Amino acid sequence: MTEKMTGAQALVRALEHVGVETVFGIPGGAILPAYDPLYDSTKVRHVLVRHEQGAGHAAEGYAQATGRVGVCMATSGPGATNLVTAIADAYMDSVPIVAITGQVATPLIGTDAFQEADISGITMPITKHNFLVTDADDIPRTIAEAFHIAATGRPGPVLVDIAKDALTATTTFSWPPVMQLPGYRPVTRPHSKQIREAARLMTEAQRPVLYVGGGVHKARASAELLELAELTGIPVVTTLMARGTFPDSHPQHMGMPGMHGSVSAVGALQRSDLLIALGTRFDDRVTGQLASFAPHAKVIHADIDPAEISKNRHADVPIVGDCREVIGDLITAVRAEQADGRKGDYTDWWRVLNGYKETYPLGYEEFADGSLAPQYVIERLSALVGPEAIYTAGVGQHQMWTAQFIKYEHPGTFINSGGAGTMGFSVPAAMGAKMGCPDKVVWAIDGDGCFQMTNQELATCAIEGVPIKVAVINNGNLGMVRQWQTLFYDERYSNTDLQQVKRIPDFVKLAEAYGCVGLRCERPEDVDATIAKAMEINDVPVVIDFVVHKDAMVWPMVAAGTSNDDIKYARDMAPNWEGGE
Amino acid sequence: MSRHTLSVLTENKPGVLARVAALFSRRGFNIDSLAVGPTEHDDISRMTIVVNVEELPLEQVTKQLNKLVNVIKIVELDNSQSVQRELMLIKVRTDSESRSHVLELVNLFRARCVDVAPDAVTIEVTGTTDKLDAFVRVLEPYGIKELVQSGMVAIGRGARSITDRSLRAIDRSA
Repeated sequence: MTEKMTGAQALVRALEHVGVETVFGIPGGAILPAYDPLYDSTKVRHVLVRHEQGAGHAAEGYAQATGRVGVCMATSGPGATNLVTAIADAYMDSVPIVAITGQVATPLIGTDAFQEADISGITMPITKHNFLVTDADDIPRTIAEAFHIAATGRPGPVLVDIAKDALTATTTFSWPPVMQLPGYRPVTRPHSKQIREAARLMTEAQRPVLYVGGGVHKARASAELLELAELTGIPVVTTLMARGTFPDSHPQHMGMPGMHGSVSAVGALQRSDLLIALGTRFDDRVTGQLASFAPHAKVIHADIDPAEISKNRHADVPIVGDCREVIGDLITAVRAEQADGRKGDYTDWWRVLNGYKETYPLGYEEFADGSLAPQYVIERLSALVGPEAIYTAGVGQHQMWTAQFIKYEHPGTFINSGGAGTMGFSVPAAMGAKMGCPDKVVWAIDGDGCFQMTNQELATCAIEGVPIKVAVINNGNLGMVRQWQTLFYDERYSNTDLQQVKRIPDFVKLAEAYGCVGLRCERPEDVDATIAKAMEINDVPVVIDFVVHKDAMVWPMVAAGTSNDDIKYARDMAPNWEGGE
Repeated sequence: MSRHTLSVLTENKPGVLARVAALFSRRGFNIDSLAVGPTEHDDISRMTIVVNVEELPLEQVTKQLNKLVNVIKIVELDNSQSVQRELMLIKVRTDSESRSHVLELVNLFRARCVDVAPDAVTIEVTGTTDKLDAFVRVLEPYGIKELVQSGMVAIGRGARSITDRSLRAIDRSA
């Protein structure tokens, strides 16, 4: 079945064929031909955002909430460069998105034409792959390839830059196209010998830990993980990207590891004799000083990306494969071990771990002056909103508290910017998540610094009917930076005070200006009622300005570059590791 | 640190060299030498990359290169199991008195004289890095006016071909 049409029509048709329902974007000169047929599409809904960065993060939020590829669209030059931060973010967190950008017409490429930027060159190091299309005939195949690459193997962002003359030229459309990707063959099936070796180590170990990263949920393997954990009785830690992949309420859950992880999770890793690392990459925020990370542990490392294995920490048993297949095979192999009478005995290990849990639970300080503790706000959100909602966060203190104090029970319910640490991620990501999952309650937990970077998308939410809820944890400061200034820079608060005492801007008025409901809460006793009021409003977005104390700090903390063993659970308070044993 | 020779088969498409070069700089790997050219198959290019790294970074280099969608295959060529050649063009100052001495060295090194001017000769020489270094050393006393050198190209010894096998892999995936 072939049909004559323009390149732009072929683009829209191809997007329909790969199953795109939502595109976030802003039109402009070079991409304009594509917006004309898009106007007629009944299958693809285009959401007109207010800034291209918002389109990129919305595509990420959509992708993470639905498991499908998120799509954003922009014009050439500044339109495309505004997507760069979101693309870099998606690259760091392995989020499948496809960015479609217009490019100046082929004869103008390289001439410094109006709104020309070499976006394929710019995004080369921050995309899984990218394409520059100058021939209309290549559009359908390139779109098919882009979505295939974004979604398979280790997911990631793919950019398709299309020259304006390719959009306007006539081509013959046929579907499906034949993909030409001779160098792209992701390995998903794990090696059986490695699996058997891993199962053997798991039964022999005295102090094993399942170190679970974002790759497990990306492989949709949380059910398998639960089965493996319960089959073996091995404790589980979930990284920032894996919060919710294993239920927080489960007795085997030790919490989040890392710079602001719980003492129990960090202690478990440090004292372990076997790490079973699944879909995780030994990030510096988890390992702390690498040389002293989990010094006594052998490492089983399973990841779909071979380049992650032994990148930072040597793997004794490397396993390349999709986590769902890996965990499934591990379950079978461990069962076989157990059938032969070999079963790990971790009684002593659990005695130590339960000691850590009881002695060093997550906690926070309340303020004597009756002002609001940010952790309390998030704790109440967790209690009142519950684990069925989706939570997004920006980057900084509020993000860490959202990771610590929301009790996650389901995979994919916490969407945040982990690797890149992109401030401003929360609101547009929540918009994308809500559009992907309209039946879910979506809360954007944001800081006042982050919120001022991307709150323009509240206009998009209000106009497009996307009733997200935003909790601004407003301490009037760039809180995480301020915390470091308190701890490491002699309380010299260089350029972290956002002067919120002057209420510039007034977030309640700002919300109202955007057609949202604005609420303010400044006292602990008003928190529950304010959240309840926000929960009742489901036709427009709601913004709550939670005015919190500026001196709250995120604890526990492993200072950058130091050993995990030197974790502090409060200022100058180090756990007594021996006491727990 | 040790020198490793990688043969990298890539799709013959625009921008592939930029992707490979950008990867090396981004990941902090140093390229000692790089040569790119077509192969016996129109749609496949071959890069010969010489890197000076430890064993562990080398593994990262190959794994990261393999992640590039346009990279089809990477083979490390063992120095003793492969033929490795570089090409050099050298312009040497000569006069009527020194020319015959220089031409004698050209013969000794099995090089070729490709251009003669009254006060200079231009010499073409191929060989291993060691041979070219030695040749440059013996010419230096005469005065080297200009020198240009290609990256190393290398091919495995014996009947086996790395392009044949990777092409079969392409056919299977198509």
